[in-house]
Amino acid sequence: MADARTAKTSNARIWLAGGWLLVALLATIFAPLLAPQDPLAQDLLYERLPPFWMQGAEPGFWLGTDSLGRDLLSRIIYGGRVAFLVAFAAAAAACIVGSALGLAAGYFGGWTDRVVSRIVDIWMAFPPVLFAILLVAVLGTGLSSVIIAIAVIDWTRFCRVVRAEAMGQARMDYVESARIAGFGRFDIMLKEVLPNVLPAIVALLSLEMGIAVIVEAILSFVNLSISTDDPTWGGIIAEGRLSIHQAWWVLVFPLVTLFLTVLSFSQFGEGLKARFDPVLR
Amino acid sequence: MADPMFSVRGLKVALPDMARKPAFGSAPKIEILKGLDFDLPRHQVTGIVGESGSGKSTLGRALVRLLEPSEGAVTFDGRDITHLPEGELRPLRRDLQMIFQDPMSSLNPRRTIGAIIAAPLRQNGMAGNLAGRVAEALRRVGLPENFAKRYRHELSGGQRQRVGIARALALAPKFVLADEIVSGLDVSTQAQILTLLEKLASEMGLTVAFISHDLSVIRRLCKQVIVMRHGQIVEAGPTDKIFAAPRDAYTRELIAAIPLPEIDAGWLGERQGKEAV
Amino acid sequence: MIPALEISGLSATLANGARVLRSVSLTVEPGEVRALVGESGAGKSMIGKAVLGVLPPSVRIAEGRIGLEGTDLGDLSAKARRALIGAKTALIPQDPLTALNPSRRIGPQTTDRLTKILGWDGTRADARIRQLLDEVQIRDPERVLRSYPHELSGGMRQRVLIAAAFAAEPRLIVADEPTTALDVTVQKQILRLIAALQREHGTAILFVTHDLGVVAKISQKVTVLYAGKVVEEADTPALFADPKHPYTRALMAATPKYTDPFASLKPVDEAVLAGLATEIAAADRDWRAPHG
Repeated sequence: MADARTAKTSNARIWLAGGWLLVALLATIFAPLLAPQDPLAQDLLYERLPPFWMQGAEPGFWLGTDSLGRDLLSRIIYGGRVAFLVAFAAAAAACIVGSALGLAAGYFGGWTDRVVSRIVDIWMAFPPVLFAILLVAVLGTGLSSVIIAIAVIDWTRFCRVVRAEAMGQARMDYVESARIAGFGRFDIMLKEVLPNVLPAIVALLSLEMGIAVIVEAILSFVNLSISTDDPTWGGIIAEGRLSIHQAWWVLVFPLVTLFLTVLSFSQFGEGLKARFDPVLR
Repeated sequence: MADPMFSVRGLKVALPDMARKPAFGSAPKIEILKGLDFDLPRHQVTGIVGESGSGKSTLGRALVRLLEPSEGAVTFDGRDITHLPEGELRPLRRDLQMIFQDPMSSLNPRRTIGAIIAAPLRQNGMAGNLAGRVAEALRRVGLPENFAKRYRHELSGGQRQRVGIARALALAPKFVLADEIVSGLDVSTQAQILTLLEKLASEMGLTVAFISHDLSVIRRLCKQVIVMRHGQIVEAGPTDKIFAAPRDAYTRELIAAIPLPEIDAGWLGERQGKEAV
Repeated sequence: MIPALEISGLSATLANGARVLRSVSLTVEPGEVRALVGESGAGKSMIGKAVLGVLPPSVRIAEGRIGLEGTDLGDLSAKARRALIGAKTALIPQDPLTALNPSRRIGPQTTDRLTKILGWDGTRADARIRQLLDEVQIRDPERVLRSYPHELSGGMRQRVLIAAAFAAEPRLIVADEPTTALDVTVQKQILRLIAALQREHGTAILFVTHDLGVVAKISQKVTVLYAGKVVEEADTPALFADPKHPYTRALMAATPKYTDPFASLKPVDEAVLAGLATEIAAADRDWRAPHG
């Protein structure tokens, strides 16, 4: 039966994490309306302005400016566009490929499982970050390359989890009882097994979005993401690192944003998983 | 026997032994059923009894063709189904039904009871008046109609097993396999489920294979019994005769090992000899 | 004579205040087997867990006392309580596979309790376990001691656990459905072993089971439990000769008997269950959880 305490914490998680994600997402969608300044506008008169509560702050530059006088808040908001786009697209692509293969491997077993599992083993022998850098180097920088790189690397994560879950479900008697009822194997996989694996997929999808945000930030940090003109969280952090002693805020604010976003993605996923479980509900 | 429901000849089933599977390549096969011959009469409950490792569940799964036999022949209702492929089995599924041991695991947690009972009906061309058929199936096993809206976790163990019976019988099948269907239940619930199955079997003239480890239950429910050990039949025949005069030493041991709810000071009396590991 | 175990007025509640044990009282005299019988949800395993001090955190003892050989567990500090329980009791668990650590050999696993908890030296503990393995009729102790749990059959594992339980000469053993996971022929051997060792060592046993057949064979005294409440208590022969409570009678009529197939396996009458519900409601009406 439902443990009231578990249900409550999972609710709080969903609301807090989901709230942050919603605010961040809306902010990036309506960036042109919300951003107080043009994120690319340089003004050397305003370089390294501190955040609003410190002495020397200027109105309209709430989180201060960087060493070229660009407004930090506006850059973080616009940087979020890249982060969320990569998160959704890359995680969705990895999810679709990985889940489909994992579901088939876990449910059918036999040679399907052997082939898929070998590919996954080989895939995972590559160090992921090096793999990503290599891929982007081959594909050339740009948003689509980053998305493809993350999907190509991280589908194995979905594949492994979904395979294990599907294997467990395939052993349940209700799968046999569907065969007894006369359903074909493909039908059973989609109608009986998939719905029971879905909570794990949803949780992982959310987690993967967080991971995609980090990977994108790492790639922009080493200047392998999109063109340097457009702001990205990783790019801002890289610049902030250079002026940490003169303007700590340029490093700290994007880092905190990144941290909260990634944490929210993983907590949102865990919360949803608990919500989806019919036994906990 | 004249026109049996099942006629089984030289049945062997070998399954891969995952415990001895090498890192590469496929697992070696281990023979679970080692050549069985028997007929299963129509409109009767036949008991299949044995301890763990006897192969009784494997036999049941070979009868309803969840497993494919490796040798021998299984004839169901005059038709050889031994090696029928999945597609050709599908039209026969309606007549090869099964009630599972664990009603928790055999009911999909994400579906309502009504959907669980309706799915096999729809799949087997009985979609007309679906709600009525589901209600009738529930009524037959003594559950109120509104249970159709519930989920499995909202039911007690005995109610879940009633749903399992309702699902199998809704199709009006020629044959029902009941695999240890009361072994997870309390005695009071067990008695209810057995009485229900007994009543339905005689009312509907069902042909049932009733797998159990419990000879007392078999004695009550089954006209015929097959005693199994290590993948072979040690003794088969009318239940009355086998209990009155068991011919095989193992059958005698099995009967003697049942702790009856009666005071019997001698039962634990003599000490056993030492046993191999 | 001081009882090996004396439970009086034991009530336990869940976090939400629901009562799971309802003023349970029972005693186990030295050298006696008391069966604790009931269906699932009766709270029989919970009583065993309370005695061994291993109740899950969600269950709270609201009132009542548990005495081991005259010492009230409630009077002791947590540390002293653990030490007393460790010295005086042992458990024969239901599932012999999960009760053993799969990655350790049987030998060190069974002597650990003697050396680490009771402070015996290694040679003495080793000799003691060998002696007990002999008593549970294990022919090849060397091999068993070197084995990992998965290398032994279910019956063999249960023998090992019985040997381990008796090794430290406990005054009381809690046997929690020790034969439920076993085949009937193995169950008979294991019941014989428990009975023989119990007689030789003079150990008191609280034998938790759902099976009235097992109750009839193994116990001298019996307590019948329903929904955490004692409904009947008697000498075992008296209970089977003349069950007093309607629920006990219903339970007996429901238990299958191959010797009498059509008089047994009777479903429990609704009126009996309704009567039980009234009894329990009445017991709860007069009861208030004491504060503190």
